[in-house]
Amino acid sequence: MLHRLHAIQRDCLHISRESIQQVAQEFDLPIAQVAAVVAFHSFFHTRPRGRFDILFSNCTSCGYLSGGQDLLQLLCLQLQVTPGETRADGLVSIDETSCIGMCDQGPSLLINGLPITHLNDNKVVQLAQLIALETPLPDWPANWFDIHHTVHRRDWLLSGSPVPREIMLKALDIGRDNTLAILLQSGLRGRGGAGFATGRKWQLCREAPGDTRYVVCNADEGEPGTFKDRMLLTTYAENLFAGMALCAFVIGATQGFVYLRAEYHYLLESLQETLQSCRRHGLLGNRILGHSDFDFDITLIVGAGAYICGEESALIESLEGKPGIPRIRPPFPVTHGYLGQPTVVNNVETFIAAAHIVHSGNETFRTTGTASSTGTKILSISGDCALPGIYEYPFGVRIRQILDDCGAQNVQAMQIGGPAGTLLNPAEFGRTLAFDDVSSGGSLLIFGPQRDLLTIHRNFARFFAHESCGFCTPCRVGTQLIQKELDTIAEGRGSAYTIVELQQLARLVQQQSHCGLGHTAANHVLEGLHKFPLTFSSRLQPQFTARFDLDQALASARHITHRDDSAAHLSND
Amino acid sequence: MTAGNDTIRIDNQEIPFTAGQTIMDAALAAGVYIPHLCHHPGLPPSGNCRLCMVEIGNRSVAACIAAATAGQQIRNDTPELNAARKAITQMLFVEGNHICPSCEKTGNCKLQAMAYHLGMLDDHFPQFYPHRELDASHPDILLDRSRCILCDLCVRASRDVDKKNVFAIAGRGTQAHLIVNTPTGKLVDSPMAKTDLAANICPVGAILIKEKGYEVPIGQRIYDRQTIRDIGLYEQAEEKNKE
Ligand SMILES: Cc1cc2nc3c(=O)[nH]c(=O)nc-3n(C[C@H](O)[C@H](O)[C@H](O)COP(=O)(O)O)c2cc1C
Ligand code: SF4
Ligand code: SF4
Repeated sequence: MLHRLHAIQRDCLHISRESIQQVAQEFDLPIAQVAAVVAFHSFFHTRPRGRFDILFSNCTSCGYLSGGQDLLQLLCLQLQVTPGETRADGLVSIDETSCIGMCDQGPSLLINGLPITHLNDNKVVQLAQLIALETPLPDWPANWFDIHHTVHRRDWLLSGSPVPREIMLKALDIGRDNTLAILLQSGLRGRGGAGFATGRKWQLCREAPGDTRYVVCNADEGEPGTFKDRMLLTTYAENLFAGMALCAFVIGATQGFVYLRAEYHYLLESLQETLQSCRRHGLLGNRILGHSDFDFDITLIVGAGAYICGEESALIESLEGKPGIPRIRPPFPVTHGYLGQPTVVNNVETFIAAAHIVHSGNETFRTTGTASSTGTKILSISGDCALPGIYEYPFGVRIRQILDDCGAQNVQAMQIGGPAGTLLNPAEFGRTLAFDDVSSGGSLLIFGPQRDLLTIHRNFARFFAHESCGFCTPCRVGTQLIQKELDTIAEGRGSAYTIVELQQLARLVQQQSHCGLGHTAANHVLEGLHKFPLTFSSRLQPQFTARFDLDQALASARHITHRDDSAAHLSND
Repeated sequence: MTAGNDTIRIDNQEIPFTAGQTIMDAALAAGVYIPHLCHHPGLPPSGNCRLCMVEIGNRSVAACIAAATAGQQIRNDTPELNAARKAITQMLFVEGNHICPSCEKTGNCKLQAMAYHLGMLDDHFPQFYPHRELDASHPDILLDRSRCILCDLCVRASRDVDKKNVFAIAGRGTQAHLIVNTPTGKLVDSPMAKTDLAANICPVGAILIKEKGYEVPIGQRIYDRQTIRDIGLYEQAEEKNKE
């Protein structure tokens, strides 16, 4: 159904009530379910977008402010567009979206789904001209759409090459049980964030009662600052599909899915081609490599702009054509996943690592890294450093080492594992990258001395308020309130009480929410208050200040009464 | 009673449970009240309001969706948890437009009653003042989304008991809102009747039966006479009698 909705959005620039009704009919679903799916996703719209539909990333690394000027504002001015609205003639709409995974390529945007990177004021002015002249995208400078994958450090995983056939032959040769045993012994843990033992997950799924089983690859890569899966999907797709096929072989699945984030829609075509080639080579489809009892194929599903759909049970809901509301857990997907059947959900990197382990044996892997975090981790490094890009390190590497390698100097702070992860101050740079020390799904953001950390916190707070699925009260309302409190401080209206309030709110959201998004949404606030207290306290007012702008508060009254005389204004002093 | 294979302990009280029961089911059946708004005996639980958060060791779980398992040591009626519940109730108040003094539901409203129960004296948080659509299209039923707390009860009641599937919740974050499962999105085009459970289950004044105003005077309404605790336990007993 998501594919159908994408097609309608592309062709009609929006999804009308009639289209919703039609899709409901086609798929034999309640109208409200289709309407709810449309309303849930940022990339679906019920009112027409422009023929050129532009979404600027608002991430701290590839966002429209990251180059030091407001590029979104600039483009809006050039084209006379109000952010979030479609220009009256229907030509263009400009809005912002959460991180689009271009963090090592400077300020970036998506135009009709295609990324343009390395933006600056010059380029934005040219872009405005091309749009004003209605130049079709294929006639735009081709190099604008180039995406580079700069790998600065290769280790165990990234020095291998795509060898899907060898991987599958090896597994078929040693059999299901041995394949699983190799994986179990390797100590491989999930690369998507939570770090659950992968072999164990496959084993649990295999043992769970069910009519059938499913393999799902989580390619939602929604953690701001992460772009390593983008590189893997481009360069190692064959090994990914082989890793999924291995999993299918072990657990006894015949159907797999790759859930690709909407921001990577442009990768779909090449992934389809790779799938086709795998089928041609007998690596997917019926009777894989001639084995009569091994059928497995993979379907690609494109999400529609919702960070929460990276949470595995929300992802499964989305696969089932529902809004991405996280399920009640337990039961976990390994026993009750897609369509209620046992399902393995793993990250892109996890499947590729599993394939590599089975292929090359687990000896090297086991002896790399630390006791509890074996192997290597691929990091996406961005922010204030000389060499942003992709780095593969053995677990156990010290943060300081990473900073030296990427040419980061005078670092003020780091955020590891995205806004939901860990905020580090320089005194902690001796810590190590590991599941039991500093853990990361892939994102590593570096903040230099000139950055205002409060701006970063506000950016993160806004991200969570925007991405909260809205199911449970503490996260739905609490993330909004945290954002408001941070704004209050930034506007110079905070008092010591605001800090106490912020702390209490953050704890409440962390402790009382339903899923991982809420549990982690306030981490950055709590860590910021603890590790960088001056970020907040230096903005506080020593004297009483109203927590809102008195004059601003009268704005709607002025609007209603059509007044703007001096008596309709209030002084804040 | 002593701690056995089939008991859980809530705040020093030993409570029996049967396999498949949630902590909430077991507690209410034993006459132990755990505050709740989105739970209703007889409907599948949802876990969205988070008022029923209890603690087991250093974990927080929603009692309405967590399975009771032997030997659980559960903290429920503690100052910390009740403070968190009060804050959550305040969040629900500021998120919508709650006009208690002029709302037909006043005195019968569970949100209001919860606020009394938890000793809530003010809204505490800044008001959101959302703009939400009102649907007065149905001859007998009024849907005023301004007061909806997104508890999902009407959705479940309509789907699972009335078998009409009239509602769904759509939209992410604070955009979340109740929608009606009709081509026009209007209630009048739905098969909903004022006798449906969905028309009568709303804990707040978001779904109201029309042409009934203040039949019971203020001062004599449900929560003017009883606490939400008593009603919560009563609803459970009612459900049990039905079985
Ligand atoms: C809010 C939220 C977002 C998530 N986003 C992603 C994601 O984009 N990619 C991913 O692999 N895992 C993500 N996860 C983790 C998944 O729920 C799940 O743990 C993971 O896909 C399991 O794969 P792994 O064991 O290979 O890491 C997210 C979790 C949460 C709570
Ligand atoms: S914690 Fe947030 S994202 Fe998770 S279920 Fe609750 S509202 Fe949704
Ligand atoms: S209308 Fe009432 S019952 Fe339905 S979700 Fe809103 S508050 Fe709950």
